[in-house]
Amino acid sequence: MALSLKKHPMPVQAPEVRAHNFEEVALGYDEETAVAEAERCLHCKVPQCRKGCPVSVDIPAFIAKIKERDYGGAIEKIKETNSLPAVCGRVCPQENQCEKYCILGKKGEPVGIGRLERFAADRALAKEMPDAPFAAAPDAQRVAVIGSGPSGLSCAGDLAKRGYKVTIFEALHKAGGVLSYGIPEFRLPKDKVVQKEIENLEKLGVTIETDAVAGRLYTVDELLGEEGFDAVFIGTGAGLPRFQNIPGESLSGVYSANEFLTRCNLMKAYRFPDYATPLKVGKTAAIIGGGNVAMDAARTALRLGAEHVYIVYRRSEAELPARAEEVEHAKEEGIDFRLLTNPVAIEGDENGWVKAMRCIRMELGEPDASGRRRPIPVEGSEFSLAVDTVIVAIGTGPNPIIAQTTPGLALTKRGNIAADEETGATSKPGVFAGGDIVTGAATVILAMGAGRKAAAAIDAYLKEKKAERD
Amino acid sequence: MYEILKKEELSPHVYAMEIAAPRVAKKAEPGQFIILRVNEEGERIPLTIADFNRETGRILIVFQVIGASTMELAALEVGDSLLDFVGPLGHPSEIRKLDGTMVVVGGGIGVAPTYPIARAMHEAGNKVIAIMGAKTKDILIMEEDMKAVTDEVLVTTDDGSYGIKGFVTNAVEELVRRGEKIAQVTAIGPVIMMKSVAEATRPYGIPTVVSLNPIMVDGTGMCGGCRVTVGDETKFACVDGPEFDGHAVDFPGLMSRQRMYRDLEAVEKEHVCRIGLGRK
Repeated sequence: MALSLKKHPMPVQAPEVRAHNFEEVALGYDEETAVAEAERCLHCKVPQCRKGCPVSVDIPAFIAKIKERDYGGAIEKIKETNSLPAVCGRVCPQENQCEKYCILGKKGEPVGIGRLERFAADRALAKEMPDAPFAAAPDAQRVAVIGSGPSGLSCAGDLAKRGYKVTIFEALHKAGGVLSYGIPEFRLPKDKVVQKEIENLEKLGVTIETDAVAGRLYTVDELLGEEGFDAVFIGTGAGLPRFQNIPGESLSGVYSANEFLTRCNLMKAYRFPDYATPLKVGKTAAIIGGGNVAMDAARTALRLGAEHVYIVYRRSEAELPARAEEVEHAKEEGIDFRLLTNPVAIEGDENGWVKAMRCIRMELGEPDASGRRRPIPVEGSEFSLAVDTVIVAIGTGPNPIIAQTTPGLALTKRGNIAADEETGATSKPGVFAGGDIVTGAATVILAMGAGRKAAAAIDAYLKEKKAERD
Repeated sequence: MYEILKKEELSPHVYAMEIAAPRVAKKAEPGQFIILRVNEEGERIPLTIADFNRETGRILIVFQVIGASTMELAALEVGDSLLDFVGPLGHPSEIRKLDGTMVVVGGGIGVAPTYPIARAMHEAGNKVIAIMGAKTKDILIMEEDMKAVTDEVLVTTDDGSYGIKGFVTNAVEELVRRGEKIAQVTAIGPVIMMKSVAEATRPYGIPTVVSLNPIMVDGTGMCGGCRVTVGDETKFACVDGPEFDGHAVDFPGLMSRQRMYRDLEAVEKEHVCRIGLGRK
């Protein structure tokens, strides 16, 4: 059989249907498609794909298992290094990671590694195949993990598997961090996927305390002192929304993407009034920004009933930071991209509600420090977009609570926690950090990679500590 | 789960509840707030802490029924539990010995959160005067509690049914007139009241602190819904506040944002009433 140059397509809900519901957009491979896609893998002698994976999943090995129809074996392989495969199979930017290095990609399309990962993970979740229960020794050393997002979950899972007693402190009422509050249901189902993966971690012996704002309820020093933990991992993420500081950002109808998405995802405002948290979306919404969060906000606004949704982004299509697939999905659903456009002011009506956004056209100049061509305003090109909702999705900064309450914790100039890239070690002994709180906003999988590295470093630190004590 | 240990109707539609929340009570300080959720479908409701007891592990909250969520909360009885109770959130009030008199101003249910501040400032050795405002005598709350922790209590009622007829600002003016050496005013209540107090003290240069309770979701710096302009800067009430310099807060902007969900609150109220929740 000749090798297909194309990936097996992913079945999706039709755009005109999915634009009005919160069901998952991508439906996943069925068994035959998955096996056929797995058969495209060449099993290179020196697999390149693995080096593109921040958590080093043994990709050829799990694909081989799918080929053999040994799906349990496939998920076991993945879980050796990845504690959240059903999440990663959905939200990883595979085109910039594993799939980017696939040899098949040179002539045609790479193997659909992400789609196969999702297939194996979903199959395990549906069949209720939890990890083997794991009991830490009664005298095991204790680790506190602050934040239950991707880095914290991954760090906790690895430490539990190494025999430590791990407690995660989560500030919100639900675990998952950005997986729960940020990424929408239609891209990452909450009950079916996120909560199931978290339950699997709990079965490994990880304890999760929700409603626990570390820094306020227990400071880092108290966790290491009277609370009796031997080490602390900080994975509090990049939660603090940024604004552009243009006139009108305080008007009603202006949201940070975080607020907009949290109301919808975590608080389930899309089921208002059965759920009590309201979320107002007018007829015409403008989302400022071009990343994945902007795409999520735009598509959420559409599903909540907005008739026209703009993405307003100051650079051109080539510079859009969002994943290509997300941009494509957004376009299919009818999102109106206004590229090379930058807002300069938001205007309100007599009741303090948004009625328009003043924008200016941009052109690209010389490359800036990021290597991307710098957008420059075109003089005299200002125009107005009539909108009644504005969602600001231009990025987030580090959450300040731990920094405010932890003396001696060194920070970077931008207010992130200064931590060693390889180990996550901070300026405080026994305190490690990783994920967006260290790097600034990045991807789920990079945060998970940082959590894993920190887990290995915490393991080494605690072994040394124990040896000194004994 | 967080059990309701005591419930009292302080005045029509205003309730006090003592909640068993030992780990929150252990760390709570005057000026901080909590966020609670009644049930899985519920909103996250931010409330400033009205009192706390580290020994008994109790937190006192005082709230007014204004929408479906507070109606649902009011329908709970002693022995029922809240699903979530998060805190203590925000920065505590600055408690220190002042060079002069400390004046706390509470309007409506805003009296409740001024109580622990008054007590702590009194314990710190300050002369403390409390000004308490209400529309009418019947809805005045916590007068006896306040008397126990202050040197003087001035009550104002809009209709003159008790105390000074007029607004809390009249009482502030009265103190200035009689030559009281005021070192600081802390005002908590409706936004319009806090604005008026800040305007009243501005000509005399009296440092004035206000505690803001804007729209918020998470209370930990994540949603930015609670943003408020203070001076030239955008601040988040949850992690930068909730207390700010009353002379620098952009009150008109804050008032406009507070109205954002008013019509949906009405929808929700109607909805809840239809299925009979929140009724006694």
